[in-house]
Amino acid sequence: MTAATAPTDRRAPGRPRRRSAPRQALPDVVWWGICGLVAIMFLFPLAMVLLTVLKTSSEAAATPPHYLPHHLSGQNFRELGDADIWRYLLNSSEVALGTVVGTVILATLGGYGFARYRFPGRSLLFLGTLTTLMVPFQALLTPLYSVLIFLDLQNSLVGLALVYITFQLPFALFVMRNAFAEIPQEIEDASEMDGASTLTTLRRVMIPVAIPAVVTVALFAFFSAWNEFLAALIFLSDQSRYTLPVYLTTLVTGRLGAINWGLLEAGVVVTIVPCLLIFLLLQRYYMRGLMSGAVR
Amino acid sequence: MGAVPASGRSLGGRARPRHRPRARTLRRRRALIGLLLVSPALAFVTVFFLVPLVLMIWMSLHRWPLLGHTSWIGLGNYRAMGSDPVFWRSLGFTVEYTAIVTPILIVLGFGLALLVRRRRRGVGFFRTVFFMPYVIGFAAASYLFVWLLNPDVGLLDKTLQSLGFTSSPVQWLSTRTLALFAVVLMIVWKTVGFTMLLFMAGLQGIPEDVHEAASVDGASRWTTLRRVTLPLLRRTIALTVILAVVGSMLAFDQFYIITNGGPANQTLTVVYWIYNSSFVNFQLGYGAAMSVVLMLILMVITAVQLYLLRDQAER
Repeated sequence: MTAATAPTDRRAPGRPRRRSAPRQALPDVVWWGICGLVAIMFLFPLAMVLLTVLKTSSEAAATPPHYLPHHLSGQNFRELGDADIWRYLLNSSEVALGTVVGTVILATLGGYGFARYRFPGRSLLFLGTLTTLMVPFQALLTPLYSVLIFLDLQNSLVGLALVYITFQLPFALFVMRNAFAEIPQEIEDASEMDGASTLTTLRRVMIPVAIPAVVTVALFAFFSAWNEFLAALIFLSDQSRYTLPVYLTTLVTGRLGAINWGLLEAGVVVTIVPCLLIFLLLQRYYMRGLMSGAVR
Repeated sequence: MGAVPASGRSLGGRARPRHRPRARTLRRRRALIGLLLVSPALAFVTVFFLVPLVLMIWMSLHRWPLLGHTSWIGLGNYRAMGSDPVFWRSLGFTVEYTAIVTPILIVLGFGLALLVRRRRRGVGFFRTVFFMPYVIGFAAASYLFVWLLNPDVGLLDKTLQSLGFTSSPVQWLSTRTLALFAVVLMIVWKTVGFTMLLFMAGLQGIPEDVHEAASVDGASRWTTLRRVTLPLLRRTIALTVILAVVGSMLAFDQFYIITNGGPANQTLTVVYWIYNSSFVNFQLGYGAAMSVVLMLILMVITAVQLYLLRDQAER
């Protein structure tokens, strides 16, 4: 695991790198012991749910439960398929994709404008956008609902994506503006000297250099849209339009009042596995983005 | 803004009288392009943020049902809030929840950061494992714990019993305290990796020499931590506190899903009560009024903490 989470790596290159610090470092055995124990606690819920969804329905509902499935079974996932999971996967994917694309386009254009062009009110507008972070999105849901009704976007996946894009924008603009501001002016000038238009310069010269920032923005947009629950719960009224997190609520109120645990947890697994995979593949970008956003 | 460069050049002037208007049109052109570039983003912020913000205040001054007439009632909603026991109970509960979650996240997050801050074999793996639950959504994580904590089918009770901590399954959602404990357990599991990451970044900012100096002076590990490391981490601590407090004050998903606000509405948070008022009881004006109050509370908390942060940075 390269796990380039490591901000540790940012040491001055001249310095010799120590494998472990001279002081304060726990002996290897103790350190492995502690970390291993904590890691087991962190992995326990995930490992258990991944094992349980492979049980048969009746085994998943057994009291007392056991850790390992006696028979491996795809029954829970087959039932999810019968319960139309594909529709909800598609809904979630549409909203997440729309949010990612919209956020990346708006933040790239806006970040470029804020970083490279002088216009009246520039810093005021930029700071104004950032201060929207002070107002929690949860507080605005009541009036947003009325705005969406007015725009005829209530109960619509498009409306939901538009709302998600808006609340991703402050962070995304901040990241993109900083990324563009770091690019040497000469590169841009050279492109414009060749007669390239603004958008061509942006597309051919600036964006390729700022790709890590674009990936960061896209990842954050994806996670927030894929995982968001409250706004989706409020704005979507037809079950056929539910996103995965809201769909999970329908799995709880199963037939005959009894919860089908295998089915519910299979739904949970379908919801979380894409997040885990994307995180494991792209964690370098994700961590960097978190740091830059959090340190403000 | 506008008149920045070129002024030095124009003094020298006679040779290039034609340049100035051209420079100006060029500058105007660039200003126009800049505005065009940022305008789509600003349009979104206007329609889906500024308009709702103003509308929220306007709605809070009305009786505003989902359908039918709205009517101006001035500060009526705010007065109703004052005498609404559910509102006060939910506010009290949210504050209590925040006061429990925040220190746990800070202490455990800091501990984990100390554990994995340095390069050594296997550290990348542990960092990844500790952080991983953070990318799961609150809703999915909540449903995961609904199952894990279930006394009949969940594996937590079985594990606690086989380790000898408990002798029979615990009815986690039967009392307010246990339900609160269950939610805190889930939230810490899910979010402490993020706090760890912030502290790792903060620790990174402390030069190695500082610790070496302390150790040369004969300071013990504990003294170094208390007298050197923690004071230097004040900015990080303030940041983590702000994020943890704001996040917890806005808690909804985990209570909606795990406790359902129960038992007997005792674990209802403010956002939960706003949700119920606006979208279950359809008293949108009342929901808006509570949203205004919640927003103000959070802005005050953030402003106070930012002020303290600035004060300490200057000293």
